Amino acid sequence: MKISRPTLDEAIDSFTGGAVVREGRVKFEISPLVENGNAVPVSVEVDSPMTETDHVRRIALFNEKNPQAEVVVFHLGPRSGRARVATRIRLAASQTVVALAETSSGDFWSAKANVIVTLAACIEDISQQ
Amino acid sequence: MTRALVNAPKTARRGEVIEIRAMIQHVMETGYREGPNGVTIPRNIIRRFVCKYAGEEIFSAELFPAISANPYMAFSTVATESGTLTFEWTDDKGETQSASAEITVT
Amino acid sequence: MIRLISLSLLACASVGIAAEIPLQERRSGFEFMSPQTQAMQAEESSNPGMLWVADGERLWGEPHAPDGKSCASCHAEATKSMRGVAARYPAFDEQTKRPIDLMGRINQCRVQRQGATPLTQQSDELLALTAYVAYQSRGMPIAPAADARLQPFRENGRAWFERRLGQLQLSCASCHDDRWGARLGGSVIPQGHPTGYPLYRLEWQSVGSLQRRLRGCLVGVRAQPFEFGAPEFVDIELFLMQRAQGLEMDTPAVRP
Repeated sequence: MKISRPTLDEAIDSFTGGAVVREGRVKFEISPLVENGNAVPVSVEVDSPMTETDHVRRIALFNEKNPQAEVVVFHLGPRSGRARVATRIRLAASQTVVALAETSSGDFWSAKANVIVTLAACIEDISQQ
Repeated sequence: MTRALVNAPKTARRGEVIEIRAMIQHVMETGYREGPNGVTIPRNIIRRFVCKYAGEEIFSAELFPAISANPYMAFSTVATESGTLTFEWTDDKGETQSASAEITVT
Repeated sequence: MIRLISLSLLACASVGIAAEIPLQERRSGFEFMSPQTQAMQAEESSNPGMLWVADGERLWGEPHAPDGKSCASCHAEATKSMRGVAARYPAFDEQTKRPIDLMGRINQCRVQRQGATPLTQQSDELLALTAYVAYQSRGMPIAPAADARLQPFRENGRAWFERRLGQLQLSCASCHDDRWGARLGGSVIPQGHPTGYPLYRLEWQSVGSLQRRLRGCLVGVRAQPFEFGAPEFVDIELFLMQRAQGLEMDTPAVRP
């Protein structure tokens, strides 16, 4: 099934409205080699004091080769205490994944990771379930 | 009603940053899979998650099909007062499911 | 005496019996996983299998037919009455004079003692109940029942384990005794111990039974898989549990 989708850069531009994105301040933890693309644990932590005047507003994940570029958008605020989120995502193939953070001052920071996704050796015959 | 499991400390000190985990049973059908007879299985995902602390929203997430089945989220909040943490998951049809946990802050 | 030993050695060599894994080299499938997947299993608050265990806890206390009994009516608190049960199953069933696995026993109870209908193998309900019962053995060593009546069935299970099957003519032993630790495609081959069933398989995106996993392997070698509940499966499980004895139960496990 060939699905046309925005490139990773286009998806990031949509999110940032074309603003400058700087690499840094974002610690993106995802294994470089995953055993199964159905459930890839990820965590994102952003270096931020998380005060009323200086905090992370959103953390978003984008991918390069899934049918859809978006993965998740987290909404944080000064009540978060710490800009750290974790979840499990699906990756359809080996690809680049980007974590973006938007601060309360409207700045964007990012980190990217290249992930190799391995598939199960034998495919289950689901018609027999 | 599907099963949800939430994990938050039962007690905390005022000002302490606590970690909360929430997981719900849901197939998160992407809408890109084909069934045995070649017909596309329709999309059916949870698209929004909200956590409220004593009635005020402290965290939320927009989920897309790339979030794994039985979605799991971990996030933090500052323990401010004793009260109820509520968790709400809303799916594509707009149906919501909730869970809650009590926290005592000293 | 010496002649006997050399004769038996010759016999082993000619039949090509797969090398059993030496006791000290036996490892749970847990050890073959990445640290991330291991963490997913170890932390109960993030282990997706716990969703089924939680459902099982609810089902344990619910009557399964109008005016019917619940599991708790006879077995009270599962934390006490079910402790160690999964670690020693399959058990010998007096009625059928055959081994019975945990799912089979739960359905037998439902039909005969609760006046309810049996649950299908892949139903979330049966998986949840079985996961909840097996969870009571989490952390305990596998300790098969020392019942001599089980022996012939166990030997049948062993025969199936060593038999080459399917178009690919591979036996379970071909991979899980002879080539564990090597790779099939991108995946590391584990030793095939059923320490954590029912388990959450990332490939299934759901909890499933040992029989579902075995069917997957049978299809993988292009053999006709047995139907769910087939006696062959129970005999194989009986053998596998003996083969895994002493290893720690980790239901609900997470596996790729």
